[in-house]
Amino acid sequence: MPAEFIRILIGLVAVAISVGLIGLVMVWVERKVAGHIQRRPGPYEVGPSGLLQPLADALKLVGKQLFMPDKADPILFWLAPVLSFLPVLLLFLPLPLGDGLYALDVNLGLLLILAFSGLAVLSLLLGGWASNNKYGLLGAARAVAQSVAYEIPLLLSVLAVSFVAGSLNLAEVVKGQGTWPWNWNIMTQPLAFLIYMVSALGETNRAPFDLPEAESELTAGFHTEYSGMGFGLFFLAEYANMVVVCAVATALFLGGWNGPVLPGPVWFVLKVSLLMLLMVFFRWTYPRVRFDQLLNINWKWLMPLAVLNLLATSFFVKLAQFTEVRW
Amino acid sequence: MTHSALPDQVAGDFYTNNFAKNAQEGSLILNLGPQHPSTHGVLRVVVEMDGEYILRAEPVLGYLHRMHEKMAEVKTAAQFIPNMGRVDYGHALGWNWAFVGAVEKLAGIEVPERAEYVRVITCELNRLASHLLWWGAYLLDLGAFTPIMYAFDDREKILDILQAPTGSRLTYSYFRIGGVAKDLNEDCLSRIRAFIPWMRERLPMYKDLVSDNIILRKRIEGIGVIEPEVCRRFGATGPVIRGSGIAYDVRRSDPYSVYPKLDFEIPTSDLMDARGRYDVRIAEFEQSLRIIEQCLDMMPEGDVLVKGAPKPSWKAPKGEAYFAVEGARGKIGVYLVSDGGKNLYRTKLRAPGFCNLSLFAEVSRGTILADAVAILGSLDLIIPEIDR
Repeated sequence: MPAEFIRILIGLVAVAISVGLIGLVMVWVERKVAGHIQRRPGPYEVGPSGLLQPLADALKLVGKQLFMPDKADPILFWLAPVLSFLPVLLLFLPLPLGDGLYALDVNLGLLLILAFSGLAVLSLLLGGWASNNKYGLLGAARAVAQSVAYEIPLLLSVLAVSFVAGSLNLAEVVKGQGTWPWNWNIMTQPLAFLIYMVSALGETNRAPFDLPEAESELTAGFHTEYSGMGFGLFFLAEYANMVVVCAVATALFLGGWNGPVLPGPVWFVLKVSLLMLLMVFFRWTYPRVRFDQLLNINWKWLMPLAVLNLLATSFFVKLAQFTEVRW
Repeated sequence: MTHSALPDQVAGDFYTNNFAKNAQEGSLILNLGPQHPSTHGVLRVVVEMDGEYILRAEPVLGYLHRMHEKMAEVKTAAQFIPNMGRVDYGHALGWNWAFVGAVEKLAGIEVPERAEYVRVITCELNRLASHLLWWGAYLLDLGAFTPIMYAFDDREKILDILQAPTGSRLTYSYFRIGGVAKDLNEDCLSRIRAFIPWMRERLPMYKDLVSDNIILRKRIEGIGVIEPEVCRRFGATGPVIRGSGIAYDVRRSDPYSVYPKLDFEIPTSDLMDARGRYDVRIAEFEQSLRIIEQCLDMMPEGDVLVKGAPKPSWKAPKGEAYFAVEGARGKIGVYLVSDGGKNLYRTKLRAPGFCNLSLFAEVSRGTILADAVAILGSLDLIIPEIDR
């Protein structure tokens, strides 16, 4: 068996475990932070400071009856949550936690992540469509319109960074950045970072862009009819997707594992956690935008800005190459 | 499953099927409610949608009908007071007052001056609690999860204050024919005095954090525009009509109790949209605080219940009377007819929410679903009041 294959296998197992763990921890963090924002303690009964509460919730979800509505399409209905969760495992493979600390060293790591994260929308569509529920259908329609729209500026902003770095390999991009914050890509590409983060919120269906599951309008949107682990997988996938977009943002814009004093992986995890906390703060402070506004933000602002940013970046990159040649 | 064997035509009830008869080709009939997070109770709205756009909407009522008017026919006037606290759980004291006031008008009972002040203070506190409840729930409708926690923090203080004299926290039956059940003691008054500056401090924070938020403004500005003429035609009252620029408030237009002696303004807004109604309610916080402040200073000593106040066996004299008060949601009216018998012959309750809801079908046409939810919330509906 080739070494590369074993490496991927170990990586997958590690990812599967850590996704579960991260999911549990993130649920706890989110509920605690939300609690403190809302002047209440959050979960505190189960375990120390309520740390085991997500585990209890997960056990409850596992133990629940899997219910399928009448006249729903059984194959598609159960395929959807699985499909939403499986690609997430792949997304973690090319993420560099430290120098040489990644499961899959691939030239097109960034492309791999973007391609497989695009699959998530398919599962939302299937789930909403197959559950034979009007709210589910509306949620699915929203999810597709939103994800398709926000993928474009996301891609364009990522492209700008890879132009500068000259590589689609995440580890290479990180190596191109220095130790200190002023050596990071966020200094040269602040606009791309902004566009990326806003699009990432849209991509992961997080508030204020959580329209596919807008509770007060669509009850729960595409996962209205899912019970037990059907819902649990969607939920886990959402958190895992959050981790992935934050990790990619860290690698691309915030210098990845680069940082003074502390070892690389610690810096990486710290930066990812910071971005995730930011996303949690957004969710608990802002109202939800309206659907047409959401698309307007994308098509009227993010898209043109991302294109302009890309053009400007490529112009300067070319300029730098020319001047180098002449010297 | 048994019902899967049924043909498609049988699916849906009378309202859905009747509504579906006039549906356009390719449209989607959606039932919002009776169990839906944004209808706050058991309101059901049948909507016909084209994508995200609403072509038609029709509220379906009756899921919380408890026959309050019929109950009034089998109870004596004094026995009926507890029912009034249960008509509108948001502003229970307004309903208390409307009924008690109607009976007093019918029987010509004079209320002691101190009781009038106690009524104004408790009623305005209850109005504050009701507006806080609306504010939190409305923002929840718009997808902001946090404001309701802060609103309930403040509301909790009001409920704690009202708990002492009234003995309950939500469904008050505190007013009596000829006064109120219990005087506000010194402890209660000092708590009210402490509450006013607390609430005043909170209002700027709400403005900075929530009311001025760009996402919120984009969500509520320019949607659900109701022309003043439409408001009049549908009999809308309260913040809904004031949000359309008409300064109609029963406390000023048809004064009762000690309100003529008090100095307060009727906030209005010319925006006519959901933002206008939002602004009016937010401005009413300050006005209610002003009223309470003045009442605390002006309140005389004395009894709070007239001597020989009606007992449960008391019979109302023959005649009829109508009395209206300004509730948190609009004009609360009670019309009584008595034939001199043991029970009141007829009690008609005029619920402001009923008229305000009737605007929804008109206003929501052509809006998108998210806006419809925002419009529904801006009307401040309490379903038990609408169904009675």
